[in-house]
Amino acid sequence: MNILVCVSKVPDTTAKIAFKDNNTKFASDGVTYILNPTDEWYALVRAIELKEAAGAGKVTVINVGAGDNDQYLRKALAIGADDAVLIESADDLEPFYVAKEIANYARTNNYDVVVTGKETIDYNSFSVGGMIAEFMDCAFVSQVSKWDMNGNVATLNREVEGGEEVMEVSTPFVLSAQKGMAEQRLPNMKGIMMAKTKPLAKIAAVGGDPLVTIVKFDEPKSKSAVKLFSIDEVEALVKALNEEAKVI
Amino acid sequence: MVIVYIEAVNGQLKKSSFEVLTYGKKLADKMSSSVAAICLTPCDSNVVGEYGINKLFQVSDAIFSHFDSKAFAKAVAEIFNANGGQILVLPFNQNGKALAPRLSVRLNAGLVNGANALANTSNGFVISKNVFSGKAVANYQIHTDVKIVSLASNSIPAEKNPTSCEVVAAATSVSAADFSTKYIKSELVSGDIPLSEADLVVSAGRGLKGPENWGMIEECAKILGAATACSRAVADVHWRPHHEHVGQTGLAISPNLYIAVGISGAIQHLAGVSSSKTIVVINTDPEAPFFKAADYGIVGDAFEVMPKFNEALRKLKA
Ligand SMILES: Cc1cc2nc3c(=O)[nH]c(=O)nc-3n(C[C@H](O)[C@H](O)[C@H](O)COP(=O)(O)OP(=O)(O)OC[C@H]3O[C@@H](n4cnc5c(N)ncnc54)[C@H](O)[C@@H]3O)c2cc1C
Ligand SMILES: Nc1ncnc2c1ncn2[C@@H]1O[C@H](COP(=O)(O)O)[C@@H](O)[C@H]1O
Repeated sequence: MNILVCVSKVPDTTAKIAFKDNNTKFASDGVTYILNPTDEWYALVRAIELKEAAGAGKVTVINVGAGDNDQYLRKALAIGADDAVLIESADDLEPFYVAKEIANYARTNNYDVVVTGKETIDYNSFSVGGMIAEFMDCAFVSQVSKWDMNGNVATLNREVEGGEEVMEVSTPFVLSAQKGMAEQRLPNMKGIMMAKTKPLAKIAAVGGDPLVTIVKFDEPKSKSAVKLFSIDEVEALVKALNEEAKVI
Repeated sequence: MVIVYIEAVNGQLKKSSFEVLTYGKKLADKMSSSVAAICLTPCDSNVVGEYGINKLFQVSDAIFSHFDSKAFAKAVAEIFNANGGQILVLPFNQNGKALAPRLSVRLNAGLVNGANALANTSNGFVISKNVFSGKAVANYQIHTDVKIVSLASNSIPAEKNPTSCEVVAAATSVSAADFSTKYIKSELVSGDIPLSEADLVVSAGRGLKGPENWGMIEECAKILGAATACSRAVADVHWRPHHEHVGQTGLAISPNLYIAVGISGAIQHLAGVSSSKTIVVINTDPEAPFFKAADYGIVGDAFEVMPKFNEALRKLKA
């Protein structure tokens, strides 16, 4: 079974979020980037575990982004992916075209499963996985917290309001991963050494006319200062929640 | 025409449906357009009419009793196209998150997934949504003729605007062969209020010292009719189930009230909860970062505060 794991690069979770050019662009100067946590911790690790358990097949990591994104793909290789593909485009390409590139690659190279994270922590689009599936005209199961394989049939737990739904799906399919699917793996020395010589192919993106563009960023509405109550004023707090905030 | 995708379980519309119906009606009014709803499972058209929608495309084929993103996307696209749909509105809930991206490709339509306000139509069609896990807002312009808006929960209050609603029986070409997944079973957390749909949330963190101390949190949630949540630190050590984990790598929520007990307010936690309307923080440490994001707070020991707080809530509710 060949699994294609989609990984994106995002600002570190503690990065300062600021904008430039009249609030039209993210100010990336001085920002440290990481692999999107859901992609790295869950999607990638579970794909490697399933490949190891099957003792056959391969795990390929793919990114659509800037030509120097090698370092993020190398980290995924150090964690245990077999090879990597970088489809070179501008960073922050909209989900539609990211998905189109990945779907084309997956189809021409006959991958059985395409895995994404549920969302990236920068634009929180929740889109790429479902779009890949539609481009490939195959099944898509979103927000999967448990993934097992038996031959070419997967058993998946999908998050729904108030619990989980268990379903079966045959390859080829696309899923988006979330917490619960695997435990984070740290790359070890051997992995890091091996990653240096694993294959990493670069391809140029095709792209197209934008469907959506960001015209402006805003800061979230600023909060006024907290109103503090002492431990003997609990009733006054409850009153404020009821009469002032009107939330209870 | 603005077309709103709604969902009913056992004939009852989900809470998110009321919000998208309200949103669809307001958007249609703003654009002087007509509005209709699509429901793939049986629902009560009178309830749909209460939210100002005068047409319901009702599918009643039992084939749609279990969700499958591929088959559902095909069905919605067919009905949307057959009725001159221009703007499709969906809830940004678990099913909507799987459907909207598929429909964006299928309809070749620009999508804003997780919109938090009505469109600004003064210059093009611009819709805002939270990005960077709530640390900023981005205004997206949709350039395509057909547009898709998936509405984040709790972004606008449901609003009644009664009208009579005509039911149009809608057929699709979807057959069993279009279903690509096989439903096995549901594992529902019984009795609890689903966190993603909750108006009120009581959440706790490592400050509670151990899973055996959650009784007072559950009691508080029970009095309020609230859902329970937790920090990642707590879910990681299995004090609480992982589906309760909120934050940047957990669930992002924006309830009307978020009560955080014994949670420090690390940036990754705040990222998933800071768009809550009102935040109450209970923490022993006056320097805890969470106080900067809070509306109300008590600097104090949860073990002393919570019993008193619960007592006061009980009094109010009595
Ligand atoms: C990439 C990444 C992603 C992450 N994603 C998330 C995420 O999605 N969600 C998330 O929550 N975290 C996330 N984290 C972890 C986050 O950084 C914090 O470690 C975590 O939120 C801390 O949990 P906590 O507040 O429960 O515990 P602590 O930080 O240990 O805080 C406990 C708090 O309880 C207070 N306290 C102690 N005793 C009492 C008492 N008796 N009464 C009242 N208060 C008391 C303390 O003053 C303290 O403020 C992420 C971290 C990383 C690196
Ligand atoms: N540029 C990209 N390259 C590769 N995979 C991506 C890219 N952007 C998003 N993804 C994948 O799609 C998932 C969902 O992203 P999004 O729809 O942008 O929130 C991510 O968790 C990644 O797995």
